[in-house]
This record gives sequence, structure tokens and C-alpha cells, in this order.
Amino acid sequence: MITVKDIRKTYQMGDFAVFALRGINLRIAAGEFVAIMGPSGSGKSTFMHILGCLDRPTSGSYLLDGTEVAGMSKDELAYVRNQKIGFVFQGFNLIPRRPAFRQVMLPMMYNPHSENSEARAIAALGRVGLEDRIHHKPNELSGGQQQRVAIARALVNDPPIIMGDEPTGNLDTRSSEEIMGIFQDLHNEGKTVIIVTHEEDIAHHAQRIIRFKDGHVISDSMVENRVDAHQALKNIPLENEEEI
Amino acid sequence: MNLWESVGVAFEGIASNKVRAFLTMLGVIIGVGAVIVIFAITQGARQQTLKQIQMMGSNVLFIMSGQQRGGGGVQLGSGSSQSLTLEDCDLIAKNCPSVLNVAPQVQQNYQIKYTNKNTNTSVTGVTPEFLDVRNYSVARGDFFTDSDLKMRKTVAAIGPTTAANLFGDIDPVGKEISIRGIQFTIIGLMTEKGSAGGFGDPDDAIYVPITTAMRRLMGVTKVRQISVQAASLDVMNQAISEIDTVFAKDHVDANGNKNYTIRNQADIIAAVGKQNDTLTMLLASTAIVSLLVGGIGIMNIMLVSVTERTREIGIRMAVGARGIDILLQFLVEALVLSLMGGMIGVLVGAGVSWLFAFFSGWALQLEPISIIMSFGFAAFVGLVFGVWPAFKAAALDPIDALRYE
Repeated sequence: MITVKDIRKTYQMGDFAVFALRGINLRIAAGEFVAIMGPSGSGKSTFMHILGCLDRPTSGSYLLDGTEVAGMSKDELAYVRNQKIGFVFQGFNLIPRRPAFRQVMLPMMYNPHSENSEARAIAALGRVGLEDRIHHKPNELSGGQQQRVAIARALVNDPPIIMGDEPTGNLDTRSSEEIMGIFQDLHNEGKTVIIVTHEEDIAHHAQRIIRFKDGHVISDSMVENRVDAHQALKNIPLENEEEI
Repeated sequence: MNLWESVGVAFEGIASNKVRAFLTMLGVIIGVGAVIVIFAITQGARQQTLKQIQMMGSNVLFIMSGQQRGGGGVQLGSGSSQSLTLEDCDLIAKNCPSVLNVAPQVQQNYQIKYTNKNTNTSVTGVTPEFLDVRNYSVARGDFFTDSDLKMRKTVAAIGPTTAANLFGDIDPVGKEISIRGIQFTIIGLMTEKGSAGGFGDPDDAIYVPITTAMRRLMGVTKVRQISVQAASLDVMNQAISEIDTVFAKDHVDANGNKNYTIRNQADIIAAVGKQNDTLTMLLASTAIVSLLVGGIGIMNIMLVSVTERTREIGIRMAVGARGIDILLQFLVEALVLSLMGGMIGVLVGAGVSWLFAFFSGWALQLEPISIIMSFGFAAFVGLVFGVWPAFKAAALDPIDALRYE
């Protein structure tokens, strides 16, 4: 599904060149659940943005579904983001003052192959358990709920790949576990899931962990004692603030 | 994304900051409103003037003392250079077959007294032909006759406004008034002509036999102006050349300079039109400047809006918006702002024009062309001043836009 060869990313900061990625080689097969880990400045987020077609590598090759993405134009990348990748951010990135179902409809607005359907948006919200929050605006939702709206938005065009850049970074333990539960469900339904995290607990929800340091991959291993988010949730007491 | 969705998104953007949107539109509202009001007023003024010129009578030529110089510049005669006489009138009447009626006139303002009331108005010495030539009639009583003229009788016909000023509700016919110490008997009340505004009230006047006026009131031998009614509109030019022939003997000097000027209504209408066009252009350019300022206001707000919504642009791009989608969104938003401003401006302009028509008594002149023009200009302004901010938004990289704080 994803093959990257010698991906490099260099930022020019005045007189200094910052080498964020120094030659990354990876393969991720369809249907995998991968966690990318590493300390701050390791290049994991930069790599994720390149995988998500939000940013372009300085050099190297990125084959997505057999198509070279590295040399694509801005508009072609926009199409890939719309069709193949659902991206979830740490800071949710919802548009202010807009009800949840309108947030979820956004990707359909730019999808040339589908009608802009309210029903599909509501169905996507149902998949993340927010069927009773479709008219709520971001400021009326908890962090966990906002992130679930963002996941519904990522799902609505039915892309084969879901990516999360620190998707639980702004959330408490319980909400994090709920979000990871959704990712595990999506993975079980056959989607390829790739997340970036710096928390070991979160990474252990995935099948495979790739560790970054200083722009290099330093390890790539399968997870032995995987966490089942739904099991873990049963051990976390309900917090009142979660139920608004 | 189709156009309707863009319009929907634009309205959402506007609705999320209504006060700012209104202030942005204000420039366009004022500009469009001003254009419409200016057109309404200048058109109203033109209609009014034309109406008044038409009221002077039909197929009428005016002969005035004074030389015509160069290409169309007219020097009107002052008192000392007056050259037209009653004999000239007789000559025209006898020798010009295309002329139907000749009506000389003299005019002077006097203080008019009736018992203890008095008013200052114009006293016009005319002949009975005046009624036909200038389209006047008598409502009650009689106008003076040729025999009154011969006997230089002290009789007068009074305009309705003057009658109201002096007599109030009393019937003026048969009353005695004093003009310059001379007693005149009022024998007729003129029919109301109606004020056309601008040039003063045609109903505020007193008419006396021209002979009486010249000899007993003003002590002059020359007439101020001769109105000539041509037999029809088609023979007006012929009438002019006939008059020129008659006048060739006494009114043209050795160098061929005439001491009179003939003007017809078409000349006057053309002159008025030209004057009006200049005024319209002047006012319209002021309005266009204000539309331009309004456009810059829109650009300003759109630039702020692009900066403020950089994250939103990033989010839209992250879920698949292309540059063109973002460009369209901001362009449509600028267009919607300016068109909404244009619409409100049309309403405001129409309202102000209506108020103006109501208070001035002029006919309401709402020209569709001025509405279409100002509306089109508003759209143009929105488009032109929306393009730059829209391009700025569309050129952003998704990751840069998302990182923007």
C-alpha cells in the first residue's frame, strides 16, 4: 500500500539547513495498524505530514497504491487527500461555530464522485457514537467528542487509510482509550491505520511500532502485548465531565 | 464544490461576523445609493426644465436684442443696446408668411399696491397675441384687446399667484391696483400655469397692454423680446430666414453684424441638456470615487478574513479542497458582500430619491440604467478587490495554513 524510499526533508532556517528526515525507507501493507514513535524533533510528525500528502518531501519516492505521490501537483495531492486518506489531528482542527454534521460534510463538498449528503454525514457520526450530537458546535463538545467528530470527518469519503497525528495528545486517559477503540474498530473493518504518538500505552494499541530518532528509523517491530481499547475502557471509571 | 455551495459558504462567512460585514458593505451602499440619487435628481431637473420650456408655447422663436458672436456664443443685449421696436413686429407680421403670430413684450419689476397690501412682481407689457403664442389663457374676465392697446388703457390681467398675494380669496376682477402710482383696473384673472420650479413662478405676474407699459410705465421705445409663433414646426427655419430678410435693412450694420438674436426652443433645450450632462458627469464621478473607496474597504476586510481564517483554509485543504476551491470561496464571498451592499444601496438610493421627489414636487425619475449600472459596478468592485485576497488564500500550502496561529 505504502512504499517510501529514501525520503528526505530539509528546512532552510536562515543560514542553517535543518535535516528533519535523513532518508526514510519503509513499507506499510494494506490493513496494517502502525504506530510511529519518537521524541520531539525526531521527524515523526514531518514524516506523517508527508504520508498524509499535506507536505512534500525534499527528495525521495513515495508510492501510494502504486502511484508516485512525491512529484504530484498541489491539486493532485488535494485529490489524494480527499479520496484515499482520512487525517486526524492532535488539535482536532474543526471549523469554529459549525454544527458537527456540517463539519463532517466538508470532505464531501470537495469530493467530485459523491453528492453532498447529510445522511452520510450523520451515518459517519453514528459510527463514532455521536448520533445524538449532530447539531452540536465544537465549543459545545468535550475534547473526546470533538476528536470523534474529526474521525467521522476523516471517514465520510470512505478512504482506505486513516492517519492520526498525535490523535490522543490533547485528551485524558478515558477519551484517549475511546479514540483508540474507534481506531481499532476501523482497523478490524479493514482500514489501514497509521498514528503518530509519543506515548507507549497508546502505541501499544497498534500491531507494529516504528521508532524515529533524529530523522532516521531506529527500530521497526511488531507489538507483542497489544492493548484492547474496549477491554481497557472497562477498567477506567467514568468521569463526570465527560458526560455533558 | 459547485457554485451554490460556494455561495452558501460565503453567506456563512458573512453571517459569522455581521457587524463587520455591514461596515464593509457601507462603502458600496453609499456609492450605489449616491449614483442612483444623483441620476434621479439630474434626470428630474432635466424633465422639469423641458416641461417649462414646453410651457413657453409651441413652435415659438424668440428674437432678442444683442449680437450673435462666433460659433454659437450668445451675447444678450443690455438695456442700452436694445434695438427691437413695435414697428419690427408689424414688419414681421406683414412680410413673413411662415409666421402665425407676433408677440412683443417688455418687462419690469414693480411694487404693486392694493389698498394697504403690496407685493413686488413682474409687470409684463404684451399684446393680445401673447395668449396664443405663449399658451396662456384667461380664467375669469377678459384679456385686453387691440383697441385697449391703441388707447393705451390702464387695464391689467393678473396671474393667480399675484392675485392670491394681493386679494386673498376676494375676486380680483374689477378691482383697482396701483403700479408706480398709476391706477390700473383688473379685467382678467389668468389661468394657472403651474410652477415648474427653478425659473420662478409663471403665475406671479401682471400683464398690461404693451403700449401702456412702454409709454406710461417704463418710458421706453424699444421692446425687450419678440416671441414669434411659426405656422408649424416644419417651417420654423423658414420663418427664421424670413425674419432675417425683413431685418436685413434696419438691423444689420455695414460689417454684416446683426444686432439681434433669434433663438428657438430646440437651441434652448440643447443648451439645458448639455449643462445637465456636465452636472451628471461631475456628480457621477464623485459617486464612482466612493464606490472605489467601498471596494478598497472590501479588499481590506477580505485580506483580514484570509489571515484570520488561515487555519480554516488549512482544514479545508487537508480534506481535499484545491486552490481553485479556496479561490472561489473567497471570491464569491467578496462578490456576495458587494452585491448585498449594491442591493441595499439600490433600496437606499430609491428611498432617498422618493423622498426627494416627494419634497420637491418633481416627478420621481428612477432610471433602470442607473440601477443596472451601479449594481454592475458594485459587482465589478467586489470581483476586482476580491481577487487579490482570494489568490493569497489559494496559494497557501496546507501544512503552513494548518500550522498558522
